[in-house]
Amino acid sequence: MSNETLTPGGAHPDMLGGMTDPEKTGHFVAPYDEGVSFDELPDSAPKERFRLSLTGWIGAIIVVFWLLVAVFGPFIAPWGENDLPFPDDYSEFQSPRAGAWLGTDVEDRDILSRIVFGAGRTIGIAFAATILAYVLGVVLGIGAAVSGPKVDMVMSRINDAFLSLPTIMLGLVVVAAVGSSIPVLICTAGLIYATVVFRLARALGMEIMVMDFVEAAKARGEGRWWIITREIWPNAAMPLITDFGLRLIYVILFISSLSFLGLGVQPPQADWGSMVRENLGALQYGESVFPVLAPALSIATLTVAINLVVDDVSAQAGGRLSKRL
Amino acid sequence: MAQTRNPGDRLPGDIVFETRDLRIGAIQHDGSEIRIVKGVDFKVRRGEVVALIGESGSGKTTISLSALGYTKPGLSFTGGEALLLGQDVTKMTTDELRPLRGISVAYLAQSAAATFNPSIRINEQVTEAPVLHGTKTQAEANAKALDLYRALELPDPDTIGERYPHQVSGGQLQRLMAAMALCGDPELLVLDEPTTALDVTTQIEVLKAFKQVIQEEGAAAIYVTHDLAVVAQIADRVIVLYNGEIKEAGPVHELITNPVHPYTRRLMAAIRPMPEAGQGEDSSDEHLRADPALAAKGIDAGYGVIGSNGKAAIPVLRDVDVAIERGKTVGIIGESGCGKSTLARVFAGLLPASDGEIHLDGERLSPDLAGRTREQLRKVQFVYQMADTALNPRQRIRDILGRPIDFYRTAEGMTRRQRVDQLLEMVELPLQFADRYPHELSGGQKQRVNLARALAANPEIVLCDEVTSALDTIVAANVIALLTRLQRETGVSFVFISHDLSTVSSFADEIVVLYAGMVAEQGPTDRVLSPPFHPYTRLLVSSVPEPRVGWLEEAAQTREAKAGASGSVQLTETGCPFFARCPVAIAGTCDVVDPPKLNDGAGHIIDCHRSLEELGG
Repeated sequence: MSNETLTPGGAHPDMLGGMTDPEKTGHFVAPYDEGVSFDELPDSAPKERFRLSLTGWIGAIIVVFWLLVAVFGPFIAPWGENDLPFPDDYSEFQSPRAGAWLGTDVEDRDILSRIVFGAGRTIGIAFAATILAYVLGVVLGIGAAVSGPKVDMVMSRINDAFLSLPTIMLGLVVVAAVGSSIPVLICTAGLIYATVVFRLARALGMEIMVMDFVEAAKARGEGRWWIITREIWPNAAMPLITDFGLRLIYVILFISSLSFLGLGVQPPQADWGSMVRENLGALQYGESVFPVLAPALSIATLTVAINLVVDDVSAQAGGRLSKRL
Repeated sequence: MAQTRNPGDRLPGDIVFETRDLRIGAIQHDGSEIRIVKGVDFKVRRGEVVALIGESGSGKTTISLSALGYTKPGLSFTGGEALLLGQDVTKMTTDELRPLRGISVAYLAQSAAATFNPSIRINEQVTEAPVLHGTKTQAEANAKALDLYRALELPDPDTIGERYPHQVSGGQLQRLMAAMALCGDPELLVLDEPTTALDVTTQIEVLKAFKQVIQEEGAAAIYVTHDLAVVAQIADRVIVLYNGEIKEAGPVHELITNPVHPYTRRLMAAIRPMPEAGQGEDSSDEHLRADPALAAKGIDAGYGVIGSNGKAAIPVLRDVDVAIERGKTVGIIGESGCGKSTLARVFAGLLPASDGEIHLDGERLSPDLAGRTREQLRKVQFVYQMADTALNPRQRIRDILGRPIDFYRTAEGMTRRQRVDQLLEMVELPLQFADRYPHELSGGQKQRVNLARALAANPEIVLCDEVTSALDTIVAANVIALLTRLQRETGVSFVFISHDLSTVSSFADEIVVLYAGMVAEQGPTDRVLSPPFHPYTRLLVSSVPEPRVGWLEEAAQTREAKAGASGSVQLTETGCPFFARCPVAIAGTCDVVDPPKLNDGAGHIIDCHRSLEELGG
């Protein structure tokens, strides 16, 4: 299109062949209007709106499905958490049948209903623990980043000491000592994962602290509170939110592992990890694999689905962040 | 075809690279296309250097990369042809392109530091391409590399290949990158702003080496730059690009002496020639000098822990005296690493000086931020080089400008909104920009916001740290014009820090020349830029490229350029730091005794052991 405008008469312009100036100089000038201003060109191509990829969509659908189950599940579950659908039938680990679409477990309870109740408990505990981890980790981490090298050194070394402990072992010791209950689980998981969040928040805070706009705020005479809340936090929020999804996965696996080891959610309450443990016998004696497979698959689908969404978001946010900063 | 049509072509040689209606764009998700290159035709012949010139966003780099059959991520060839030795590289697969890249066509990036792998010896990297492609044995490649090191006038050509990249200087690394590109005997060389990141004194050597080696090797080259003065030295033909289209093209002397298209004329007009000696008003008003807005005396500063001797672990500045008069502009110039930004940070309180005093309006300023009152902070404002990082990406322009207004209470009877509007008007931005975020603005617009934020404080002194260095020539010229107008209207003093002597000299009232952390020369602009010169100032002045053909050859002949070719920029404990590079150094004196301050009586001070008469010639 622009090609036609290049040469009078619409001929193909030939820079070196000298068609525009057949004398000998080969001096080519594009046609122009006198008085046209040449505005500064935009810095970068317009940014594309955020879009989920196909795998991102699949992940999002699965995550939303599990969230709906967790919230509304108890109202639509065919049976109560500890109801016996077939009180007269004493055989455990029954195969799927009418009235118990995923079969029954070691105590003859309906697996589908327990998965539904377990969803709320597993996701709820993990969510609460992750939020706790974030509140602690972000406040302390950004606090360390802005507090100068000495305070940072002390806080970071204490954090490193906690990080060096194996998470499951630490969790087992705490729960064994205090006794297991849902608040204890939330606090334990929250504290353990706060160490990881601390590192991330501190690193992000450090990175933003050295940006010119933070230095400009300091040179203006701004106090620490302004710098944390107005300069650092808005820029750290996006990568932290991305990491939140990832951390949620780890906490789900952690809670499930504790439950599997018998120190998490206590029977008769349902939880995916403890369901696997309760029904382990099905693998040896039962005719059905569903008592173990169903909760295990629930954990797997939820964590993988969260991961798919986080992958998409972080690819986008990461790209944007690095461009912005 | 072109040859048959035009037998009288003055530029003989086969066509090495040719584009025909080349189009490159970004295809969006919804199928629409953002066009970056909009149908470009040009040819590059053997032995010819074609310069692509234009501002950022003009598509010059995108076009040059097409010679390698490469587009940046997100872009793709959307039409036309790019013929490298007759083959259309836009339609080739990566496997088909591989044998061409590094052998038929080689690419030289802007940053040599980023091109070299820091953990592999230089020679191995220089010879890698031809050995990898099997066009040369290692021994042949080594011999070729050695020839190139000699041709590029690198020091110790026999052993330089044994070093690691961090063991050579930036200018040397840039030349080694040229050796890397040329080692495979490419038909076509693509050079993307290869001297932009270099200091003027280094740029000369690199340009000279490039020019010579391109001629000797008989390669064709595409030279991408935004600097017309550099183009004049190295190119045979120039293509002016704007917004993905060719606006003007022709032989280099034609374009420089006789630019026709308004855009080319604007580009030429944006280059400020060095003022002639004696030009400009004499600004040595002694009564003003007695009461400067800001005066610094005996400043020592550096980074790292301050030791028992009162000096920083890494000293950067030594015994710097500078005074800034009200309503005037002081330009601080010097090469990278000379401490000019450090000096501004000392003024702003961001880096406490380890020794010396700073007085603001007669009051002694605390060296660090915490010891300064809010009123003192308000009076001295700092403008950063990179507007991208200086503006919080999460705040709207209204909040960025509004905060200093609230913080220093400078609204003065206006509402905050009115004051923000007033500031936007002052820096010539539309009022609706107040509700935008920084990333929605172009580079020049961001720099204006950056400036407006400093003005929001009603400052007495604005410290401008390389504020135009990251901008294109035309945009930078507009920013300078804006600064001049603002000074006239508000009476603010500017400290303008730059490595670019021509920019500084175009509007500074006084110039301070820094070398390796010490003041070499200072005084009114016209006096600093005319004899007598400090030997370093003379080198700097003679190194600024002029937009005319043949300048490079003349400049390379001068004594200063020869002297400036090597030597480190290190702050010495005693004596003159320029000793190692100085053509008139007195051994036993200059390296041991601090130079005396020679004053010609009009506020012009040269720190040198030679007399003013000796420096005059």
